[in-house]
Amino acid sequence: MISSSNTISFHSQTDRLLLWGLRLLSLMAGGILLLVVAFLILESWPAFQDIGPARFFTDQDWYPTERLYLLTPMLWGTLWATLGSIVLAAPLGILSAIFCHYYAPPLLATWYRRLIELLAGIPSVVYGFWGLVVLVPVIGQLHPPGPSLLAGILVLFLMILPTIMLVAHASFAKVPLSYIHSAMALGLGRWAMIRNVLLPTARAGLFTGILLGIARALGETMAILMVCGNVVQTPSNLFDPIRTLTANIALEMAYALGDHRSALFVSGLLLMGMVVVFVVMAEGLQYRKLDDTAR
Amino acid sequence: MTPQDSNLQERCGTLIAWGAAGSVTMAFLWLLGDLLWHGLSHISWTFLVSAPRNAGREGGIGPILVSTGLIVGICMAVAFPIGLGTAIFLAEYTRDDRPMGRLLRGSLDVLAGVPSIVFGLFGNALFCQALGLGFSIASGGLTLACMVLPILIRTTEEGFRAIPLDQRLSAAALGLSRQTTVWAILLPAAIPGLLVGSILGLGRAFAETAALIFTSGYVDRMPESLMDSGRALSVHIYDLAMNVAGGNPNAYATAVVLVGLLVLINLLASWIAERWTTANHLPA
Repeated sequence: MISSSNTISFHSQTDRLLLWGLRLLSLMAGGILLLVVAFLILESWPAFQDIGPARFFTDQDWYPTERLYLLTPMLWGTLWATLGSIVLAAPLGILSAIFCHYYAPPLLATWYRRLIELLAGIPSVVYGFWGLVVLVPVIGQLHPPGPSLLAGILVLFLMILPTIMLVAHASFAKVPLSYIHSAMALGLGRWAMIRNVLLPTARAGLFTGILLGIARALGETMAILMVCGNVVQTPSNLFDPIRTLTANIALEMAYALGDHRSALFVSGLLLMGMVVVFVVMAEGLQYRKLDDTAR
Repeated sequence: MTPQDSNLQERCGTLIAWGAAGSVTMAFLWLLGDLLWHGLSHISWTFLVSAPRNAGREGGIGPILVSTGLIVGICMAVAFPIGLGTAIFLAEYTRDDRPMGRLLRGSLDVLAGVPSIVFGLFGNALFCQALGLGFSIASGGLTLACMVLPILIRTTEEGFRAIPLDQRLSAAALGLSRQTTVWAILLPAAIPGLLVGSILGLGRAFAETAALIFTSGYVDRMPESLMDSGRALSVHIYDLAMNVAGGNPNAYATAVVLVGLLVLINLLASWIAERWTTANHLPA
């Protein structure tokens, strides 16, 4: 980029016009995030005033018609589903990337990566549909009723695996070739090299992928809505049906009015807060990674 | 550690890596195979053009394809100029070390992470209620436009940044104005990036469900105007699977149509990106 605006003088009227036009468009793009936050706060304000923040955690139950607004069961649902899926997807995603880079023959590696890329693009509603017609009946035979936390975890796992795998793949690709050559010269076996050289070197990138996976799992709606049964309860085991914060919004938004609607916006705000924390952490890691390589 | 130990570890490692990849592949082939097995036989020309009957159990997806096209069309018509303008601004008029560019880039990164259901809440509050558009194709398209902007901007900006500095310097040396440089020299060179960005945004818009349920709504009739409610393909799958008993065969067929569309879109994007990098000898 030649320079920023204050070091070059603008000769013509049209140049200035173009710059202002671009500034205006950028302002619109940058303003969307502000608008989103502003509308979430604006719409949840009545709930904060009429219900108060404490009652979202201390009411007896979630019965909006009875004016009871307990969010904690849904919060636990979201957290357990996310935790379960990340515990499965993180090792398998990273192992998939390792397989692609260091074990698979080149042709197989290419096809495997294409498959994962294809899966990254499949809509969540299709994952949810498959979970509903295939996975839920299988789980139902093992341990009724079928729609459950387990079904949610398995579907989420498949959905976030591509994210983790592709980010891990990119960060393994950035490991300097000289590290690998040195490890081989020392006579390390493949697995020993991966464990002692590659994993520590690519660590920041792997964590970035996991954080992005967590952010995606927290915000996922359709798949969870279709396979989890949507019963408002804190799950006591893997086969209990659950309802997540996202599913709650999707289910009740259509008919919610007044404080009920407002309470749904509060859960949206809560969700957005959690997701933003993970996204910002992932971005921070990425910057640190850049600093590390610069040194 | 004795040599036998490390040998055993190596074998286990190989086994784990192949096993992980194998089980992941199996799971995904199960998913794709199941979709194709049940869905492909239902797809025919009449399915694609006829209207859904009996709550979607019978008939086709004609009006739903039209609604989807309109929603995505509005989304791209709004997102494209804003995205292009912002990308030019970020790539040509800001620097990474200035607060302006960092702030804008940071807010777009966060926007990219906002869950789609939150976009749905936002779209419902702003477009349906505050602006009075109601449940309509217009509301849905505008909501999606907000959603696809970050990916559109990021990819287009990369396209501009990949243009060698020489071209800008030569243009300046020839006495061209910044405006002419942008329109006549940089924009043509950045078109592949712009195309890839638009196609990726298009893919995201097609795949979206949660943001559309309460912005563009459920109505499965042929839309007569942009202010009508219209049902997108993804919403149709959801509705058939969850709310219509016996809707699964048509849900399968719709899912195959949607996935097929997305695969085409992604192939197009990677084909353009590949041609572009080989033509310019740039690193991928």
